[in-house]
Amino acid sequence: MAFVIMAAFFAIAPPTAVHAFDIPDDGGGAIRIEWRLSEADSQLTRYEIYRSDNGTDYEKIGIMGRGRNLFDDETEDGKQYYYKVVAVFDTLKSFSDPSSPAMSSAQWLNRKKINIIIAVITFGGLILFFIQHARHGKSLFVRRIAGLQAIDDAVGRATEMGKPILYCPGIGYIEDIATIASLSILGEVAKKCGQYDTKLINPHCDPIVYTVAREIVKESYTDVGRPDAFDPDSVYYVTDSQFAYAAAVDGIMLRERPATNFLVGWFRAESLILAETGASTGAIQIAGTDQVSQLPFFVTACDYTLIGEELYAASAYISREPLLLGAIKGEDWGKVIIGAILIAGSLIGLLTVFPILNLFE
Amino acid sequence: MNISSDPWVWVSALFTIAIFSFLWRDNPFYKIAEHIFVGVANGWAVTFYWHNVLVPTLFDPLFRQGQLLFTIPFVIGMLYLTRFMPRVSWLVRIPIGISMGYYVGASIPAVSQALIIKQIQGTLLSPHNFQAWHAGSMGIVWSIILLIGVLCTLSYFYFSKEHKGILGTTSRIGIVFVMIGFGAAFGYTVMARISLLIGRIQYLLGPWLGIVD
Repeated sequence: MAFVIMAAFFAIAPPTAVHAFDIPDDGGGAIRIEWRLSEADSQLTRYEIYRSDNGTDYEKIGIMGRGRNLFDDETEDGKQYYYKVVAVFDTLKSFSDPSSPAMSSAQWLNRKKINIIIAVITFGGLILFFIQHARHGKSLFVRRIAGLQAIDDAVGRATEMGKPILYCPGIGYIEDIATIASLSILGEVAKKCGQYDTKLINPHCDPIVYTVAREIVKESYTDVGRPDAFDPDSVYYVTDSQFAYAAAVDGIMLRERPATNFLVGWFRAESLILAETGASTGAIQIAGTDQVSQLPFFVTACDYTLIGEELYAASAYISREPLLLGAIKGEDWGKVIIGAILIAGSLIGLLTVFPILNLFE
Repeated sequence: MNISSDPWVWVSALFTIAIFSFLWRDNPFYKIAEHIFVGVANGWAVTFYWHNVLVPTLFDPLFRQGQLLFTIPFVIGMLYLTRFMPRVSWLVRIPIGISMGYYVGASIPAVSQALIIKQIQGTLLSPHNFQAWHAGSMGIVWSIILLIGVLCTLSYFYFSKEHKGILGTTSRIGIVFVMIGFGAAFGYTVMARISLLIGRIQYLLGPWLGIVD
């Protein structure tokens, strides 16, 4: 009885101004419905949203709590839809007028991300420019990176001791930049192993990375004229389970006793487990990753660490490939631009806080 | 003391101890645990990918529902197997190239947004960023320190010149900032790892041995 009296009192004013429109700057498949809240909003149980594709037969497609005036509906592109919003108070319902028909469609350009397009074009353009520069034979200087100087020493040490080299590329996928950079370094390490006839152990966590690495190592041995020295069993897949992989590599470190461990690539929580075990065996350890959260462990437990972008630069420095050198040069100029934006933007920001400009009025 | 009678709790506890025994030295118990771990992980992965990926997203649409468009990913995926056929093994480069190209391309907008645009926005000296520190008038000081840290760190990762002169000085300051960041991350993560260790010990003392609740 009380409900009926309250419903009558508020007359369950329906939502008004129901407006349906294609969500802008999206990939299609969605219509947004907005409405003006019912005057009895604070007393309502909820709002219900109804949809029709012919303007007569409506079906309920969603509910929203009181105080909410927006709903995104999944739709089929190119098809017209009508919407009604219903104010619900207990068992009583009050329907709004139907919306104008709306149709969803995909947009080619997300205008909210124009700044990203500008950034990508700017940095991409710089990189392409320097790649062309390098391809035309212009020398591009990349400074020495400490960890790289140690690669020769590390391979030499393993050769003298008659022990293998362990190269662990981490648990990344082939699309991870750190994994790609790691494979580039693996190629150079494999060449040195081929030259010195040093055993290489290369366990993998991802089957695709394993496939690529196997080809790279095989090619490296061929490049240095030692295709016969390539051992197909030296590059192998272990498992794609993170900690099972860590357990297996730990076992390899203790049983094979490599003289040098390369932990270069994409790592997560297993980084400390691997680095600590390697350190306990007395091996020289060269690590590198772009995973900021794992770098502290490598810095602590390894002899040399390639920090973040040093890893990318290392692969360019070693291979001297125009593509990689150009990318590093382009990124360097990108950093200069970022620095300039930060300084200029900060000066403008400070001027708004400390109105120095007023002095010139 | 109320030792568990559940055999699976015993299996779990004994494997935990076997893995922990690695802290002493390599031993047969660790080897057994390691090999079972790797084997079970691989077996699980095969069944997982079969039931959760291959069947619902490829085989069902293609072979049961007859959606011929799925022939394209099916053929591209099958090219991975050409690695076992030396004469056509080069074909494996096609799916690798496609997946690398797709993922790298798709990640560019997200990476640009998260690692460049947002970082620049957060580093600029602006009233909004001063307030974000929730440190009153000290907010501006922290923002200036952050800006100096970012600029110096950027200079450390500048590879086109030797780190000498001004660049040498700024890059040294930059690496100090980097190491301070690493120190904080190290402490934070060690705490998280200790909590994981506590979790395992609680499991041994609780569900297994019944010493603690």
